Amino acid sequence: MMTLSELKLSHWKVETDTQNIAWLGLDKKETSMNVLSREVLSELETCIDVIEQNTPAGLVIHSKKKSGFIAGADVTEFTSFENEDQVYDYIRFAQGLFERIENLGCPTVALIDGVCLGGGLELALSCRYRIACDEPKTRLGLPEVNLGIHPGFGGTVRVSRLLGVFTGMNLMLSGRPLSAGAARKTGLVDFTTPRRHLYSAARQVLQTTPPKAKPRLVDRLLRLRPFRPLVARLLVRQVAKRVSRKHYPAPYAIIDLWKDYFDDRELMTVKEAKSITKLLISDTAQNLIRVFFLQEKLKAEGKHSDFVAHRVHVIGAGVMGGDIAAWCALKGLRVTLQDQSPERIAPAIKRAHQLFKKRLKKPRLIQQAMDRLIPDTGGLGVKSADVVIEAIFENKEAKQALFKKIEPQMKDTALLTTNTSSIPLAELNVVLKRPERLTGLHFFNPVAKMLLIEIVADSGTDPQCVHAASAFARQIGRLPLPVKSTPGFLVNRILMPYLLEAVELLAEGKSPESIDKAALDFGMKMGPVELADTVGLDICLSVAEILGQHLGLEVPQLLKDKVAAKELGRKTGKGFYTYKAGKLQKARLADDEAQPDIIRERLISRLLNEAMTCLREQVVASADLLDAGIVYGTGFAPFRGGPMHYSEQIGFETQKEHFIELEQEFGNRFHPDAGWDLLKKAS
Amino acid sequence: MAADKSTYGNSAVYVVDGCRTPFLKAAGKPGPFTASDLAVYAGRNLLARLPFSTKEFDQLILGCVMPGPDEVNIARVVALRLGFDEAVPAYTVQRNCASGLQSLDNAARDIASGNADLILAGGTESMSHAPLLFSQAMISWLAGWNRAKGLGARGKALLKFRLHYLAPIIGLLRGLSDPIVGMSMGQTAEKIAHRFGISREMMDEYAVRSHQRLAQAQENGWFDAEMETLYSADGRFFTYDNGVRADTDVDKLAKLKPVFDRHFGKVTAGNSAQITDGAALLVLASEEAVRRHRLKVLGRLVDCQWAGLDPSQMGLGPVHAVTPILQRHQLGLHDVDLWEINEAFAAQVLACLAAWNSDDYCRDELGLPSAMGEIDQQRLNIDGGGVSLGHPVGASGARIVLHLLHALARTNKNKGIASLCIGGGQGGAMLVERVTAPQPVTPRPTDSQTTEHNHDDAE
Repeated sequence: MMTLSELKLSHWKVETDTQNIAWLGLDKKETSMNVLSREVLSELETCIDVIEQNTPAGLVIHSKKKSGFIAGADVTEFTSFENEDQVYDYIRFAQGLFERIENLGCPTVALIDGVCLGGGLELALSCRYRIACDEPKTRLGLPEVNLGIHPGFGGTVRVSRLLGVFTGMNLMLSGRPLSAGAARKTGLVDFTTPRRHLYSAARQVLQTTPPKAKPRLVDRLLRLRPFRPLVARLLVRQVAKRVSRKHYPAPYAIIDLWKDYFDDRELMTVKEAKSITKLLISDTAQNLIRVFFLQEKLKAEGKHSDFVAHRVHVIGAGVMGGDIAAWCALKGLRVTLQDQSPERIAPAIKRAHQLFKKRLKKPRLIQQAMDRLIPDTGGLGVKSADVVIEAIFENKEAKQALFKKIEPQMKDTALLTTNTSSIPLAELNVVLKRPERLTGLHFFNPVAKMLLIEIVADSGTDPQCVHAASAFARQIGRLPLPVKSTPGFLVNRILMPYLLEAVELLAEGKSPESIDKAALDFGMKMGPVELADTVGLDICLSVAEILGQHLGLEVPQLLKDKVAAKELGRKTGKGFYTYKAGKLQKARLADDEAQPDIIRERLISRLLNEAMTCLREQVVASADLLDAGIVYGTGFAPFRGGPMHYSEQIGFETQKEHFIELEQEFGNRFHPDAGWDLLKKAS
Repeated sequence: MAADKSTYGNSAVYVVDGCRTPFLKAAGKPGPFTASDLAVYAGRNLLARLPFSTKEFDQLILGCVMPGPDEVNIARVVALRLGFDEAVPAYTVQRNCASGLQSLDNAARDIASGNADLILAGGTESMSHAPLLFSQAMISWLAGWNRAKGLGARGKALLKFRLHYLAPIIGLLRGLSDPIVGMSMGQTAEKIAHRFGISREMMDEYAVRSHQRLAQAQENGWFDAEMETLYSADGRFFTYDNGVRADTDVDKLAKLKPVFDRHFGKVTAGNSAQITDGAALLVLASEEAVRRHRLKVLGRLVDCQWAGLDPSQMGLGPVHAVTPILQRHQLGLHDVDLWEINEAFAAQVLACLAAWNSDDYCRDELGLPSAMGEIDQQRLNIDGGGVSLGHPVGASGARIVLHLLHALARTNKNKGIASLCIGGGQGGAMLVERVTAPQPVTPRPTDSQTTEHNHDDAE
């Protein structure tokens, strides 16, 4: 009979120790992070074959990598399936394998240190015990919904049996991972321990096989057949607040699986496989998987430099500067925040404290972050900073004067960056001794929520500085998008025609509610009117005027009137909407009022057309990067895969015909960009 | 017996720079900053001004009388919060009201003896965070309650409870009382006021002048170089010592009731130091460190003296600490250009002046042939003191030394003495001298060199 150590494996390091405990250590070949690929699972199957033949005293599944336990299934394989049957067969194979692990004749432990997500957590769930390292890096979650699918290796079945209804559903529906501590409280893991005890904990648990806690009585009651439809309705209502069934069917499918099949475990497993098969080959999932890879692409932009910052100096403590400084401090950097007077800095410190409280929770960590964020009216931080971020008001002369003053104080190796959203680099860097060192670091508001940073450069910029700026963006957990220093860069430029079209529609008498609804129906995260109100109409107007000059955009009179009347949006309590105590007051739409199709056409077409212009003018390097930027920078419906991908799916030819129709009816702002013809030929 | 040599020998101990927080008057509840917050916020901007990294420091020493329960060795907590290298040691010193001066003395001795080159030293106190304590009776009862198992035992324990057990002990008041002579600090001030015939009017006039001098200094920005704005998490900021009452006058102060000797005493809240939160930190350096890092300096610490006396007359401590220094350096009261005598009480500062001016006191208590003479009050606490800006006990010693150096620079004078009275019957004093830094290149400099080295421009 074959023993474990005789197996020839390339991804698993396996051994049976003197206590007859079998250790399966995953160390996926040639990757930095463990994922469950088909090969990894087949090797695991081989191991289980042996273990079933010759049952050890216990089994431990763990990771041999420092980067974590298992990050999930291998997403690259998700796009390689040719038809439904292939998906279904693969899912059934994995389900079967995990069931065999669950049914082994010995106690089993998953030893979790670091990330344990998706399929990785599903594998852990097939073990009898889960022991997690209590370090902050340990994150357990089922983020499948973010890819438009749901757990498929028996996860929906096991989670709904192991955890309370609401905690279990929340884990799958939100996709948000839990810390080790939270996972223990919910019952997702049995024990947490410092790293130093992990291995002895696994041995001890295997020897003593402590009893498992059962879900609370109320949770067991809520699973009963009479209650399930009620609970399901509650859950659906919660999900509907965030995403619609039409755009994101996966969370709804999770609830349905539980509601309809919970009683029959075997059937639920089969239904889980059927459901995920259907979801995985849908456009939604394929597009979301595309967005997942786009994110990886943006991350890779940060890998061209080993630049590491320790100290950051931010000049300008306004909303952007203050929030950038707070974000950097949150991410562990020592930050000096400069402005002319304490009056300007104090509100930023208050906002920073709120951010730290929300994100860090523990008083000790909040205090450390507050200590790292240093108000600096004297500009003392310039000389020791690794990154200087200018975020003062948008005025060329003021910025030039500032750069002139700080350049001689800065370290030679330090990055000099500006958060300008409208002034070309070439107009700012002329005052520098080394103009090639200035890059744009264009953050979006709100800084703590927006993942994207545009890394702005022009032909004269030192590529090393661009790479370093991108690496810095990664260091603070952001996605760098290199863009050319042209007016509005990429995101604002593409957003602006779309916002202005919304204002045109308002001027024509359409209600803000009907306009926003059309955009939301398309899948935007926020309607354009609400977005304009949130950004501030004064800021919209100033950006529109600057961009208008360059792009020949007409700025609607209505926007100017609003700003003149000091109705600036959310911050003044009135813009296109009214706000009561900061809360948006939306009127209910009359049925005959909404004309979603034509409104949506007009809004989205402006956006798509501008996207094409940007691509043709090479504001970004590729259509993929453009799509990534627009999805992460504007909230463009992620399940549509980005504007260029969306246009491609519609067909460039069809798209162009749309524009021509719109142009005939609404004027030449819909004139199709020349790029459509180029792409048409290419495709 | 006083030594006949300067405490620091001939070694130069330089003050490179220093920074303090505004002193914030306690409002009857915990203020926005703990003692370590205050020291960290004063320190981080000070460190940012320096042309060398925190790794260069040999240690950090802080004076603090009542650190919070989670920051008992507060100096170490502050060092780590400031981002000091873990290898840099830190300790806390406590000599009541002079703890901030004690830390400077410890640091200076280490530098003078060649054991250290760079030390961050100072003091911090958050008096508004002083604890409320359970009484011993309550603690005993709680212990019994925790031991009681079962309903019966618990019931019995409950019956033993008395409501007055809940009366808290105010930690701050205990700290400001002398356990040996059983007097509050204010009562010791009453005692010496009586001894030297200091009247209520004299105290109140002194207090008014302290406020006026502070207000004038604030208006002229004379604290700007030594002070850093504090920012609280709720979006407020504090730029000035907020205990100042520029519009106060003798009539207003006359309305206040005596708080220590009730009804018939003279010492009131108006002519005593305020309860405040604050911190002050100084960078002390050896000659070698000053040369190596091309530092500009504020001046040097020349000598220090500690003295003990009757705890019930602790307010006269400065007289006993200062006199030996003057003798060692063969100085008269007039030879000192500026004085900082910490204003614990207006009465106490005035009593010190009276003692020096008294033949009897100087003969009987100091062993001098006759009175030392008068201190020119135009040279004394010229920008206000504890009565107007407060006395966060752990920090004051460091503050007055730092301010003395800045005041000497402003008035273009050289010699200054900073001194404090100390609860428990002690006095502490430090002689400082404004000098310029030795040149980085010449091997043997003297204090008379005047070349300025602007470390701000060091590349």
